[in-house]
Parts: sequence; structure tokens; C-alpha cells
Amino acid sequence: MLEKYLILSAILFSIGTLGVLIRRNAIVMFMCIELMLNAVNLTFIALSKHLGNIDGQVFVFFVMTVAAAEAAVGLALMIAFFKNRESIDVEDINMMKW
Amino acid sequence: METLVMPAINFAAIMPETILSIVAMVLLLLNVFVPGEQKAYLGYLSLVGIVLAFFSVVSGWNAPLSLQEGFNGSVLQDNFSLFFKAIFLISSGLAVLISDHYMVKEECNHGELYPLILFATSGMMLMSSGTDMMTIFLGLEVLSVSLYVLAGFKRADTKSNEAGLKYFLLGAFSTGFLLYGMALTYGATGTTKIAGIAAAAAQDSTLAGNPMFVVGMLLMATGFSFKVAAAPFHMWTPDVYEGAPTPMTAFMSAGPKAAGFAAFIRVLMVAMPVLAVDWHNLLWVLAVLTMTVGNIIALTQNNIKRMLAYSSIAHAGYCLVGFAAGNGEGTAGILFYMLSYAFMNIGAFAIIILVGKKGEPNNNVEDYAGFGVKHPVLAMIMALFLFSLAGIPPTAGFIGKFYLFSSALKAGYVWLVVIGVLNSAASCYYYLRVMVFMYMKDPVEEFDWMKLSPPVLLCIAISVVGVVVPGVVPSIILQLAQKAILL
Repeated sequence: MLEKYLILSAILFSIGTLGVLIRRNAIVMFMCIELMLNAVNLTFIALSKHLGNIDGQVFVFFVMTVAAAEAAVGLALMIAFFKNRESIDVEDINMMKW
Repeated sequence: METLVMPAINFAAIMPETILSIVAMVLLLLNVFVPGEQKAYLGYLSLVGIVLAFFSVVSGWNAPLSLQEGFNGSVLQDNFSLFFKAIFLISSGLAVLISDHYMVKEECNHGELYPLILFATSGMMLMSSGTDMMTIFLGLEVLSVSLYVLAGFKRADTKSNEAGLKYFLLGAFSTGFLLYGMALTYGATGTTKIAGIAAAAAQDSTLAGNPMFVVGMLLMATGFSFKVAAAPFHMWTPDVYEGAPTPMTAFMSAGPKAAGFAAFIRVLMVAMPVLAVDWHNLLWVLAVLTMTVGNIIALTQNNIKRMLAYSSIAHAGYCLVGFAAGNGEGTAGILFYMLSYAFMNIGAFAIIILVGKKGEPNNNVEDYAGFGVKHPVLAMIMALFLFSLAGIPPTAGFIGKFYLFSSALKAGYVWLVVIGVLNSAASCYYYLRVMVFMYMKDPVEEFDWMKLSPPVLLCIAISVVGVVVPGVVPSIILQLAQKAILL
């Protein structure tokens, strides 16, 4: 049973990673990052159940709290960017290049 | 009814973090009542907090184990973490000193700056003393979330917006990898404690070949490599360092990089000695890539902030050489190097802040033409910092590099050292180029806009002491560093 959960979470994690690499909208990229974090949460819970150990579930609560804090800061940064540039497309994050 | 057994809580083990967090929260409250032109007082108050935390760090040195351990084994304030905590406090103290001048000049003098620096510092401290993957993760996030805001602190400035947004997206992305690595490691060993992972691996000899454990280690190494800006995970560094407010660039290149190394070293060396062969090879490759990429791209840079960003990537590479060596000398070398790097880098940025006009349009190397004629003392000090960054004796940068490379030689990594020394020689070009412009070109400008504000000068003076003293008498700091290595 454990394998199925681990495979599912690996697939979700890969979808999230691909999304960050492919999509160009900052909010969609951020949603993909959230998908990655939730795939990790699923891994933690499945392993916690399998190992009969509560630590994994405690970890999940911390991850969710941190994700909420990150969302608050991230969306604020996107609003600040949007106010100046009227876009949240990452193609427009191009002021600095080598 | 079951009796609830409270685990051993020991506030002595998180004393510096507690002090900084309390001061930061008080500052957030005070900020409401302090009018705009007097925000500098918040900076002075945060310096008081930093000094108090520093005393608590000093008093914890060589404390008995019962005082070091806390929160059911989640935190261990050993000499290793105390040395790193001293580095974090020094870099945040120096960053606070240079902040007010810059923020007033850029008309962005918001009081939230100082609490955010303090919160970031307490996060770094938790990373260095965390002995549970949860503590390390939480410390890392307290640090990162504060830094995202600090990088985008100049709200009206597009470059700063971009720096913040880019740092946020890539930082959160790398956190995902780090967390997945932690989850797989937890699955393979059944515990999140660093000591527990080591014990599980020592008991079960099949674990070293367990793909879950190996992949977990690799993913965690990826996450930490992002944080210390090791190539090929360095892409965010130049843009974030260029766009962020200059005092925050100085802070970011010194403190958080050291914090990344602290957690990286503890996780690999203490928790995963059974995979030593794997991560030695991994770090070897990372070190070569990081040094070479950082130095070669720095050669082509014209913007001095961006040049120092690539140079900071290269410096992470030198530290990875000591890390790849994997011996006690290597760790002591990293401790020494990170401390001297904090002084020389923040010192150099302090002079960049003094020279910069509003909005920093004059951050290019050519803008330093004739600086040595107009401001001979400051130019000499800038030259000292650049010499130290290039690793020329008798500065702290030379001694640090010497110890890092000699530790790798002792471990038998001859080629790694050869590549490192060649890189170090190449780096002289772009540091000396600044000096050529300062001393050998005729002044184009009068540099009359420069205001020599006392806190910035104090920061520069402290940095000069921090670069020269360990360079002339390295044994004081080295003995401390040797007492601070793990095991």
C-alpha cells in the first residue's frame, strides 16, 4: 500500500516541478510550488502511517504553517511587482541580465 | 487518565534566538510610534539586542552538555553552532550599521527593516543549532521569508521588486526539494533527528544502499546548494544581489550563506557518514563548478554589486573545497573563512554605499575612476578589502584560503586544490581592475555627494580590524574554530 502513496506523491511532485519550469505566470508557478509542498506532505503522512511514528505528521503541520507564511509574503511581492510593471509574467522579470 | 510527560525544555539552548525575537517584536511595536525621520533609533535599539545576544553566545561557549541540549534533542547549542551564531550576529550588526544611511538616501526609511533583520538572524541561529530536520527547516524558513521581504524592500524600485520576486520563487522552489529529501530520509530511517538518522544508518548496513536514503541525501544537498549559491544552483544570486538594497546584499552574502553551510555540514557530516563516499564526490564536483563558474563570469562584470555577487559564488566554492575534504581542518577552515568573509565583504559593500548616489546609477567599475585621489583613505581601505577577497597576505582572506586548501591537500584532493588555486589567481583580475580604476585613472567626478555618516564609518573600521587582525595573528580565531568543529 505504501508504494502507491509514494508513487502518487512522486508524480504530484514531478508535475509541480515541471509546472514551475514551464509556466510563465508567477502565480501559477507559485501554485505549482504549493503542489510540490503538498506532494511532500502526502509522502510524510504515508510514511508516518507506515512507520507508526508521529513525527511525520508533526512535520506536515509545520510545512503547512510555513506554506501559509510564504504565500502571504509571496503574494505581497507579486502585488508590489504588479504595481510597477502591470504584469506578473516572469518574462517581464528582465531588468537585470548579464 | 494518562499523565502527560513534559519533554525537557531548556531555554538556555535557545537564549540568543529568544533575545533577538523579543527585541524584534518590541521594535515592531515601537515602530508605530517612531516618526519617519527618527527610524535610526530603532537601528540603535536593534544593535542593543544584537550585543545582548552576542554576550549570551559568548557565555554559552564550552557549556556542559546538559545546558547545550534542549527541546527533547531538537536543539543543540554546541561550540560549532555558537561559532556560527557569532558570525551571524557580526554580519547582522554590521548590516544594521550601514542600513540607516542607505535607506534615508533612497527615501525608503521604513522601520520594519530592523525587526526583519533580527528575525532573519534568529532563523539563521536555529539552522545552525538545529539537530532535528524540523528545526533546521523552520530556521531556514524564518530566515528565507524575512529575506524575501528584505530583498524587495524598496517597494517603488523595479529592480528591488524583481529581486524579491525572483528570490521568492526560486527560494520556495528549492525548499520543495529540501523538504522532499527530508521526507525520504525520514522514510528510510524512521526518524527526523540528526543523531537518530546516524544511529539508524550505523545499525542497518543495508541502509547505505537504500535508494530512498541516497535520493533523500541528494535532494537535501540540492536544497542546501541553492541556499549557499553553489553552481549549478546559483542562477538567482547575481540578480537578487544586484537588485536588493545594498546593505541587504551585504547581509545576504555573509550571514545566510554561512547559515546554509552550518546546516549542510551538520546534516552531511553528523547524520550521513555512511554515505561519505557519495557526498565527497558530489561536493568535489560542486566545488569545482562553483569556483569556476563564479570566477569566470565575474571577469566579465562591470557592475560592482554584480561582480561581488559572482565573487560570492566563487567564495562559496572555496568553502566547498574545505567541506569536500571532510576533515576537522576543513570545517575549521570554513568557520574561519566565513567569519573573515563577513568582515571583508560587508566592509566592501559599506564603501559602495558611501560612494553610491541616490538610486545607485554609479555602481560601475568606471565610476570609481580617481577615487584614490579624491578619498585616499577610503580608497586604501577598499583596496585592503579587495586584497583580502583576492586572498593576498597579510589579510584574513589569505589565511582562510590557505587553511581550506591545506585541509583538502591533507585529505588527498590534489587536483581540487590545483583548480582552486588557479581560480584564485584568475579572481585577482577583477578585484585588481577596481584598484586600477581607483588609482591609475584620472578622476571624472568630484565625489562631492558623498556623506561620511558615522555609523557607516564605524562599520568600515570594525571590518578593517576584522580583516587585519586575523590576517596577522590568525591563531586566536583558529584555536576557537578548532574547538568548534563537530566531533
